[in-house]
Amino acid sequence: MIAFWVLAPIMVLAALGILVVRKAVHAALLLAVVMISLAILYLVQDAPFLFAVQIIVYTGAILMLFLFVVMLVGVDASDSLVETIRGQRAMALVVGVLFGVTLALGVAQVSVGAIAGLSEANSDGNVEGLAQLLFKDYVFAFEVTSALLITAAMGAMVLAHRERLTPKPSQADLARRRMRDYAEHGRHPGPLPNPGVFARHNAVDTPALLPDGTPSEASISRVLAARGTVQSAPELADDIEQLYTGEEDEK
Amino acid sequence: MSATPFLVLSAILFTIGCVGVLTRRNAIVVFMCVELMLNASNLALVTFSRVHGNLDGQVAAFFVMVVAAAEVVVGLAIIMTIFRTRRSASVDDASLLKY
Repeated sequence: MIAFWVLAPIMVLAALGILVVRKAVHAALLLAVVMISLAILYLVQDAPFLFAVQIIVYTGAILMLFLFVVMLVGVDASDSLVETIRGQRAMALVVGVLFGVTLALGVAQVSVGAIAGLSEANSDGNVEGLAQLLFKDYVFAFEVTSALLITAAMGAMVLAHRERLTPKPSQADLARRRMRDYAEHGRHPGPLPNPGVFARHNAVDTPALLPDGTPSEASISRVLAARGTVQSAPELADDIEQLYTGEEDEK
Repeated sequence: MSATPFLVLSAILFTIGCVGVLTRRNAIVVFMCVELMLNASNLALVTFSRVHGNLDGQVAAFFVMVVAAAEVVVGLAIIMTIFRTRRSASVDDASLLKY
């Protein structure tokens, strides 16, 4: 029971965190906390097989899948705070709290009777007991499960597959497109400028400075700009000045 | 070891998942909240398995995990496809059926 009282607050806090964090990556990590805590609660409740399955399938496979998709979808896909239906968020909170209070009170008031415990059912071992059930009473459901998994795998392959509808642009096509862009929009046909390279800070997150002193947007990656980690070059210059005077003082 | 605290925790987690589905706009986070609800029901199944003294509840929880895995695979593939065509993973943007 100690494990429960230690883990339950952590799980509830992590789950509430999923509701409020802005970035999908943070939500995935908080979900991992909830799932590992759940696995330990399964172990406490005499379900060692489900403990292993929970860790392998949920934290191992499903959360990795979530993280892969977050990586592919991009870092700038964070939640918008604009409500399309006015008052929907507040209403959802009210309804949710009412639902939760009703559910929790109802569950808490029901007497589940004497707890039989699993020591008898687990006498031959938990895995053996589950296998007895799975391959005797539930064997049809188990077979249907295999069909479901194959269908899901095929579905994912069909959805992820992309047919090429247009021919692949060759190098000559790309060159022609660059020149057309230059003629029509005045876009520079050469390569993009390098990110800023300074004596102290040689990194891709520092924009290059144009001759008039303004930072060049084209010199940094779009993803870094979306993530908001781009350094401002003039600030860096101030920093260098500060360091320089600081050294002077020490001398 | 009483069963009621486990059931109440399961109810709380289910509610949090439910509110998450209703409030969040990012399709991936909505999907995570669905997973949270499935996990909460699994906890209730395992607890009832202990209360009744047989393993049927654990087998049910196992099947829920299998279905959840299949659902995640297809759901994330759909989110990827939507993102590829609309450049957004927000559930508000995929509203073409409205018109």
